[in-house]
Amino acid sequence: MSTASIKFTPAQQAGRMAKHRRRKVVNVLALMLSLGAMAFGVFWLIWILVETFRLGLGGLTWSVFTEMTPPPQADVGGLANAIFGSLVMSALATLLGTPIGVMAGIYLAEYGQKTWLGHATRFINDILLSAPSIVIGLFIYAVVVARFKSFSGIAGVLALALIVIPVVIRTTENMLTLIPNALREAAYALGTPKWKVISSVTLKSARAGVITGILLAVARISGETAPLLFTALSNQFWTSDLGQPMASLPVTIFKFAMSPYENWQKLAWAGVFLITLSVLVLNIAARVFFRDKH
Amino acid sequence: MAATLPVTPYQPDERVTPKTQPPERRRVAPWADALFSALAHGAAWLTLALLAGIIVSLLIGAAPAIKHFGLGFLWSTDWDPVQEKFGGLVMIYGTLMTSFIALLIAVPVSFGIAIFLTEMSPGWLKRPLGTAIELLAAVPSIVYGMWGLLVFSPILSTWVQQPLQKAFKGVPGLETFVSGAPVGIGLLSAGIILAIMIIPFIASVMRDVFEVTPPMLKESAYGLGATTWEVVSRVVLPYTKNGVIGGVMLGLGRALGETMAVTFVIGNFNQLNSLSLFEAANSITSALANEFAEAGEGLHQASLIYLGLVLFFITFVVLSLSKLLLAQLRKGEGARS
Repeated sequence: MSTASIKFTPAQQAGRMAKHRRRKVVNVLALMLSLGAMAFGVFWLIWILVETFRLGLGGLTWSVFTEMTPPPQADVGGLANAIFGSLVMSALATLLGTPIGVMAGIYLAEYGQKTWLGHATRFINDILLSAPSIVIGLFIYAVVVARFKSFSGIAGVLALALIVIPVVIRTTENMLTLIPNALREAAYALGTPKWKVISSVTLKSARAGVITGILLAVARISGETAPLLFTALSNQFWTSDLGQPMASLPVTIFKFAMSPYENWQKLAWAGVFLITLSVLVLNIAARVFFRDKH
Repeated sequence: MAATLPVTPYQPDERVTPKTQPPERRRVAPWADALFSALAHGAAWLTLALLAGIIVSLLIGAAPAIKHFGLGFLWSTDWDPVQEKFGGLVMIYGTLMTSFIALLIAVPVSFGIAIFLTEMSPGWLKRPLGTAIELLAAVPSIVYGMWGLLVFSPILSTWVQQPLQKAFKGVPGLETFVSGAPVGIGLLSAGIILAIMIIPFIASVMRDVFEVTPPMLKESAYGLGATTWEVVSRVVLPYTKNGVIGGVMLGLGRALGETMAVTFVIGNFNQLNSLSLFEAANSITSALANEFAEAGEGLHQASLIYLGLVLFFITFVVLSLSKLLLAQLRKGEGARS
């Protein structure tokens, strides 16, 4: 037996080496480009965060938290009413949207995994998850604002709740399907009724994931502007009456940042800083919380 | 056969058959099960009703404009609230054009990021970098908008637009795209900001679908002496094609519906006189954001809702496509493994 060895003429050998070199060069080029792309992505994140923190901290004073939104070119003023409005509306929207989202998520994971209603809901939910939020605002405008002839905090709460629901549905379903079936079967074997199995076994084991989803939903709505523009509108004054137009941080930032007045722009940067900070903290908290439990 | 099994007649065992009836099954609150199930079903129906409600309310709200302008609304450039003449072409063009620019930038960059995260990055870097990219997705759009208007657009104007205008002066064809005042506000800057916003969405979907490629396939290719780039372009990419397109569609859906980031930098000016990318323009979302609260009831409001309906329709189609393509990849993955 002789080992088959192929002999190349020098010309062939040179061609082979050239091809090899070309492949290597293409590879290195492609990998350099991908490294560049990664740097490009991180570069924007860092730039945006640095600018937001620099300009935001510059505008941040104690009066931001204690004073009302000022008229243009005033010396004093803050964002107290806007911060309060944002907190109230986000909290109520979360309270309203979470139970609905969790129940629908339970339906998808425990009741209708393979039914047509399950498939349809899952599909629709994924669409709602990335549907333009301004369209949600239009919907609430038509259903609530146009009917009661007034912009109101309630309309804002409803619009935000509609954004919370799909986020919570998605994470609840995902987390529940991760729970092994043996756990459910063990509980059924003890004669536990289904609602008890879900509420005290599966949902309980998936708690960390569900809470993560809720935190992400809160992070999402705390920066949402578009659905509030023509539902809650805005308000120059402090109000805790949900029947009245209500100021919120994002809408106030929008109004102030687009204006030519320096004091308004400064407050807008402070507001942007507060929103970015809270969104990042919520996101990181959600991640850390989830990782600790798993 | 000598040995036969002893046959014992059946005798009921006391331990097996109790003399008393088993205790009555006690159900604590038998209605609880029914109620819980009804609540879960109800919540699922509510989600469906929500979508139906959105479509119906948009149709009703837009009805006057649909009746008055018909489909001609879609290719008319009028927008005159005083004379009540409305057409949506300027906004529709703005929305499509900015999303197109965004995809043009975001798709290759996201592809690169996904390659980096799945094939190149050392293990300890994967997680922090992945998190950083996901955080970029979490930053609210108003932050991008304000940063775009006050920080980015002046820089874009001095360092990109003015040199480009000088370079393309007198070049036929290209000159039209860069004409106008280079103030850093307009279609181009809106497209760039949108690109930065959707990169994380596309990149994380691409990374996730690249990771479903069976390692065996990749390793076989590596074993034959393929370079990393060849593995990615000839093995991973064909395998995950649908998922990659699905991810791009998801990003497109986001870009089309994005409101605040675009509203800040697009200039909000209804014109379609020139095809220049530097010119201020308008998009569906920014027209809604700026005009809707002040629009009087009647044709003006109805026309804006008509625009919203068009936007919802486009994003609905794009997102459905994205969902179907991603689902197809998942199905294939199940069949092959």
